[in-house]
Amino acid sequence: MPRKSHFLASPGGTSRGSAAASNSRPGLCDWRPAECSRQPIRAWSHRAAPIGDERNLDKGPLGARAEELEPVIKDNVVVVYEVLEEMLDNGFPLATESNILKELIKPPTILRTVVNTITGSTNVGDQLPTGQLSVVPWRRTGVKYTNNEAYFDVIEEIDAIIDKSGSTITAEIQGVIDACVKLTGMPDLTLSFMNPRLLDDVSFHPCVRFKRWESERILSFIPPDGNFRLLSYHVSAQNLVAIPVYVKHNISFRDSSSLGRFEITVGPKQTMGKTIEGVIVTSQMPKGVLNMSLTPSQGTHTFDPVTKMLSWDVGKINPQKLPSLKGTMSLQAGASKPDENPTINLQFKIQQLAISGLKVNRLDMYGEKYKPFKGIKYMTKAGKFQVRT
Amino acid sequence: MMVPELGEIFELKAELNSDKKEKKKEAVKKVIASMTVGKDVSALFPDVVNCMQTDNLELKKLVYLYLMNYAKSQPDMAIMAVNTFVKDCEDPNPLIRALAVRTMGCIRVDKITEYLCEPLRKCLKDEDPYVRKTAAVCVAKLHDINAQLVEDQGFLDTLKDLISDSNPMVVANAVAALSEIAESHPSSNLLDLNPQSINKLLTALNECTEWGQIFILDCLANYTPKDDREAQSICERVTPRLSHANSAVVLSAVKVLMKFMEMLSKDLDYYGTLLKKLAPPLVTLLSAEPELQYVALRNINLIVQKRPEILKHEMKVFFVKYNDPIYVKLEKLDIMIRLASQANIAQVLAELKEYATEVDVDFVRKAVRAIGRCAIKVEQSAERCVSTLLDLIQTKVNYVVQEAIVVIKDIFRKYPNKYESVIATLCENLDSLDEPEARAAMIWIVGEYAERIDNADELLESFLEGFHDESTQVQLQLLTAIVKLFLKKPTETQELVQQVLSLATQDSDNPDLRDRGYIYWRLLSTDPVAAKEVVLAEKPLISEETDLIEPTLLDELICYIGTLASVYHKPPSAFVEGGRGVVHKSLPPRTASSESTESPETAPAGAPSGEQPDVIPAQGDLLGDLLNLDLGPPVSGPPLATSSVQMGAVDLLGGGLDSLIGGPNFVTPPAATVPANLGAPMGSGLSDLFDLTSGVGTLSGSYVAPKAIWLPAMKAKGLEILGTFTRQVGSISMDLQLTNKALQVMTDFAIQFNRNSFGLAPAAPLQVHAPLSPNQTVEISLPLNTVGSVMKMEPLNNLQVAVKNNIDVFYFSTLYPLHILFVEDGKMDRQIFLATWKDIPNENEAQFQIRDCPLNAEAVSSRLQSSNIFTVAKRNVEGQDMLYQSLKLTNGIWVLAELRIQPGNPNFMLSLKCRAPEVSQHVYQAYETILKN
Repeated sequence: MPRKSHFLASPGGTSRGSAAASNSRPGLCDWRPAECSRQPIRAWSHRAAPIGDERNLDKGPLGARAEELEPVIKDNVVVVYEVLEEMLDNGFPLATESNILKELIKPPTILRTVVNTITGSTNVGDQLPTGQLSVVPWRRTGVKYTNNEAYFDVIEEIDAIIDKSGSTITAEIQGVIDACVKLTGMPDLTLSFMNPRLLDDVSFHPCVRFKRWESERILSFIPPDGNFRLLSYHVSAQNLVAIPVYVKHNISFRDSSSLGRFEITVGPKQTMGKTIEGVIVTSQMPKGVLNMSLTPSQGTHTFDPVTKMLSWDVGKINPQKLPSLKGTMSLQAGASKPDENPTINLQFKIQQLAISGLKVNRLDMYGEKYKPFKGIKYMTKAGKFQVRT
Repeated sequence: MMVPELGEIFELKAELNSDKKEKKKEAVKKVIASMTVGKDVSALFPDVVNCMQTDNLELKKLVYLYLMNYAKSQPDMAIMAVNTFVKDCEDPNPLIRALAVRTMGCIRVDKITEYLCEPLRKCLKDEDPYVRKTAAVCVAKLHDINAQLVEDQGFLDTLKDLISDSNPMVVANAVAALSEIAESHPSSNLLDLNPQSINKLLTALNECTEWGQIFILDCLANYTPKDDREAQSICERVTPRLSHANSAVVLSAVKVLMKFMEMLSKDLDYYGTLLKKLAPPLVTLLSAEPELQYVALRNINLIVQKRPEILKHEMKVFFVKYNDPIYVKLEKLDIMIRLASQANIAQVLAELKEYATEVDVDFVRKAVRAIGRCAIKVEQSAERCVSTLLDLIQTKVNYVVQEAIVVIKDIFRKYPNKYESVIATLCENLDSLDEPEARAAMIWIVGEYAERIDNADELLESFLEGFHDESTQVQLQLLTAIVKLFLKKPTETQELVQQVLSLATQDSDNPDLRDRGYIYWRLLSTDPVAAKEVVLAEKPLISEETDLIEPTLLDELICYIGTLASVYHKPPSAFVEGGRGVVHKSLPPRTASSESTESPETAPAGAPSGEQPDVIPAQGDLLGDLLNLDLGPPVSGPPLATSSVQMGAVDLLGGGLDSLIGGPNFVTPPAATVPANLGAPMGSGLSDLFDLTSGVGTLSGSYVAPKAIWLPAMKAKGLEILGTFTRQVGSISMDLQLTNKALQVMTDFAIQFNRNSFGLAPAAPLQVHAPLSPNQTVEISLPLNTVGSVMKMEPLNNLQVAVKNNIDVFYFSTLYPLHILFVEDGKMDRQIFLATWKDIPNENEAQFQIRDCPLNAEAVSSRLQSSNIFTVAKRNVEGQDMLYQSLKLTNGIWVLAELRIQPGNPNFMLSLKCRAPEVSQHVYQAYETILKN
C-alpha cells in the first residue's frame, strides 16, 4: 500500500501499523520500502539518528551502515520495536523528540536490566509523558538538578572556494548554537546578541518563540532538558566573510620532464589574533603523479600512491614561522602534462572566535529563583574549504 | 519461511504456559525474536494470546505485536482476542487504551473489525488527548480495511469534528487521517475546507510537533483561498514555518507559499516581501548532508523554473565543490544554467571553465555542455562562450574537445552566420573524434558549411571509408552532409554522392538509413531544384530552453513540493501503483489583475517569465507535415527500388541534374539562410525528416497576403501573373504564379526590378524550368534581397517590375507590405528603448487608430511577434494595457511603437516614433494588415 509521495512526512512508507521492524528480518531493510529512495529515509533518520545514539544502539546515523547495525539491533529488538512503535503509526511520524521517547521507553542500561530481572518491571514507562501533549512538548516536568548550568556553544563552519590567485569565489558561514541546559523546573531563558542582523537565515528549535525574534531579535525560550540545537543560521555570500587562512601554492608539471615541483605554504589571514589549530591539508593529486618526495617544515604528511591522496597534518600555525611543504613529484614518464589541477582541501579550527563576528550579549533566566551557572564558547571550523590551484 | 524445530515450539509452549510471570515474558520475547527472524511460530497462537491479559505493559505490547502479525493467518483464533481489546479500551491507564486502539487498527480481519467499532467510537471521544489522537489514526486504518463500514458508522463525521479539537496534536492527526482517506477517495469531498476550519488549522499549526505541522501544511496546500486577501493572510501565518529546523516543514511551507503566491498580484508590496523571504531557507537547505541537498536541489530546480526571481541573486551557492557527490554536482550545474543571465554570466562562465578541468569525466562533459547552453540562453554571452569553448578545444583533452564540438554545433544553429570562423579550428580536431555524437556533429558542420571549407569533400570522404562501422547517427548525418555538399558543389562531388547513396540504400540493413537514402536519391533524380529546396532549406532556430519542464506538469509538480514526485520530476500517477485514485493537483488560477503588470523597470532581464519559449515542434507535427509533402510527380518512371538495381547510380543522376551542374546561373541560396538539421535530442531517424519538412511545411512566419493579380493576361499577351510577398525566417521572397493563357508555349522567363525605396532585388534569376505550355500554371518562389540600388519611390512601398519571356517584355507595379522588411533582430533592449523613445523628437510621433480588432493584448503581442514586431515591455496603466514595441527595417531604420489597448474596446491607439517619419504610415498599415488577418 504505497503512501505515494509524502516521503519527508512519512518515510516509513508502506507498512501498515507499526509492525515495521519485525516482519521477516531484523535490521533496517525492513523499514526501507522498495519504492522509497534512499534520500527520504535519510531525511527522517536524520531525526531518528540522535535517538539511536542515546540508546547506545548505534554509532552513526541509522541507515548509514546497516551491516554493522544488524547485530546491535538483533540484541535489542524489543527496545527498537518499542521506540519505532512510538515514532510511527500508520506510516505517520509521531513523536521524534528524544526527551519524550526516553520517558516513554527507558533506555536500556546494565543497571536497569538487572533491576528489571529482579523486580519484573519493564523498560516501558507506565505513565504518559507529561510533555507529550502540553504546550511545551519538548520538556518534561519535574526536572531537578543540584548544579544548575546552561552552556552554549557557538560553532561556525566556513564553506569557501578560493581561486588560483587567492581571491574568494564564494564563501558562506553555516553556524549553529548547541546548548547543554541542565536547569531545575521550568526556566524561561532569553538570549540576546550584540549583532543579530548578521544572521541571514535562521532555523530554530521548536522551543524558540518566533514572534519575539521577529520583533526584537531576541531568542526567548523554555529549553528542553539536556543537549539540543537551539539555532542554526546562515551568513551568506552577500555579506563579506572573513577568510582566516591563506594557502600559497606552486605546483608545476612540466611537459618534458618526469619531475614536477610542489610547494605549499599555509598562513593566517584574518584571525582576529587567535591561533589556527588542527590544520590538515588534503589534496587529490592527478593520476599521472606516481610518487611525491616532500619535506614538511612541521607536522607529518602521507601520500597514497594508489588513491593519489596527499594529506598533511600541520597542527598549529605559528605566524612567525609559517608551515610549508616542499618537494618534488615524480610523474609518469613520457605521459603528457595532467589535464587537471589538484584542488587543496583545508581543515582547521579556531577556538574562541566566531568568524562571522556574532557575539552573545547576555543570557537571562526568568521563572525560577535559583542562579544558574552560564557559559558561552565560540569556535570556528573549516567546512568545505577548498583552494583551487 | 523457516520452520522451527518441533522441540523448540514445544519448549516455548511450555514456557508460555508457565505460572511464573518472568518466565512467561521471556518466552514471549523468544517467540517474537523467532518471528522477527522469519520463523513460523503461528502454531503458538492460542498460548501467546493467553498471555494477553496482563498488567505488564511491555508484555502486552509484545503480544499485540504477535497478534498483528498472525491474526490474518488465524482469523478464527484471533476472535479470542476481541474481548481483551474491548476491555483494554476501558482501562484506566490511557497508555493501555491507546495501545489497544492502535493495535486494533492493524488487525486486518473483517470479522474482528466489526467488534471494534464500539471501542473505537468511545476512544474517539476519550477524555485523554493521547487516546483521541491515536484513535484518529485508527479511523484511517479502518477505512483502508473496510471503507463502507467506516462511513456507515459515522466515523468520518467524528473525525471531522476532531479538527476543532482543543489539542493541536489531535487536530494534526485528524488532518493526517482525513487527508489519507480523501486521497484514496478523491470524490468524497471529505476535507471540505472553509475559512473557519482554515483558521483553526492555522492556530493548531503553531502549537503542534514538527510532523503535525507537515500534515497541516500539506492540507493547507490543497485549499483554494477565495481571493488574494485570504491568500495573503494565510501566507503571512505560514511564513514563520520557513524558520523551522526540520527541512520537511520548510519544504511544505514553501509549497503552500508557492501555490498561494499564484493568487497574489505582482505589484503588491507583500509579493516582493514574500519573494525575499523564500530565498534564505532554500539556500540553507543546501547546507545539509548531500542526500538532503539533492532533494532540496531537485525542488529548487522546480522553483527556479516557476519563479526565477526568487533565487536570481543566489547564484554562488550553487557553485560546485570538488568533493560534492556527482548527483549534487549535476543538479547544481543545471540550476546554474537556469539562473544564468546577462548580469552573472561572466561569473558562471569562469566557474564552468574551471569545472571543465576537473577529474570527473562525466561532470566535465556536462560542464562543457553547460557552456553551450549558456551561449544559447544568454545571447550577449554567446561570443564569450564560443571563445571559452575554443580555449577548451586547445587543451586537446579528447572528451572535452568532443563535447565542445557537439555544443558548438548547437550554437551554430542558434546564431547562424556569426561564429563560422571557428570552423577551421574544429576541422583540426577531426581525427581525434571517436564518439558518435561528436562525429555526427562534426559531419553536420562540414556538410552545412561545405561551401566555406575547401576540402569538405576530402573530409567527408575520409569518413565514408568506414561507413559500415559507424553508428546509425553518424551514417545518417554523413548521408545528409554529402547530399548537401553535392548540392552546393555539384561538379566535384558527383562520385561521392553516388557512393554514399548506394552505401545507404543497397548495403545497409537499417530501414531509417535506407529510406532516407531513397528519398534523397529520388529527389535528386526527379527534381534537383526541389531537392535543393528541401535539403538546403532553412531550419527554425533552436530555442534557448528545450529542457524546460512542460508548464502544466511544472504547475502540478509545484503542488507536490517536498514529496517524492518533486524529486523524480514526475507526477505521482507515473510511479505510484495500487490503483488508488490520484488527484491531479493544479495551481490556483492567476488573478486577472496581475496578468500584465510587468513594467520595463521591474521585469528581470532575460527571465523567461511571460514569454513562451518556442520549442521545436513535436515529432507528431513533423510527421504530419511529411504526409503533406509531395514527392514530385507520382508517376516518375519505374519504381525506385528496381531502378536503382538495374541502372546503378550514374544513370539516376542524369537528366534533371544537368541543369544543376551546368547551369551558368547557379546561385547558392542567400547567405542568411543557414539551415540546420542536427536535431540532436531527437531520434536520429527523425532529425532528417525535420530537414525535409522545414522547407516545405508552413513555418510560423509573418503574415502572407493572398495572391493578387499583378499582371492581367490581357495586358501581357496571355501571361497572367499573380503574386504576393512572404517573409520566412530572415528571407524575403516573392511568390509568383504564372499562367499561360495564350495559345503558344512560353519560354525564357526573366525578371527585373526597378530601383526602389528599400533596394529590393531578386536574389536569384527567375527559374521556370520547363517551357510553359498553354493553360499551364507554375508556382515559383523568387528569393529577394535588399542589396539592390535604392531610390525613394512614391508611395514608399511601390515596386516596379519587368517580366520578360520569349514573346515580349511586360511591366507592372505593385505595392509590397512593409512588414516583409521587418527583420528578426528587431527587439530592442528595454533601456535602449526608453532612451530612444525620449531621444526621438515629439514631432516625429504619429498617432493612428486601429479599429475593430477583437484581440486581447496577449494575442496581439504574439501575432505581431510572428511578424517581427517585438513587444519590449508591457505595462498596465489605469486598466489599459500598454504594449511597447520595436521593429527594425532591413535598412536599419528603427520604429518604436506604443500600443494602447483597453479591455473591451476593440479600437486600439497606436503611436509610432521613428527617425524617418515617412515610414510611419506604412508601418501602421502593416499593423492593420497583421492584426486583422
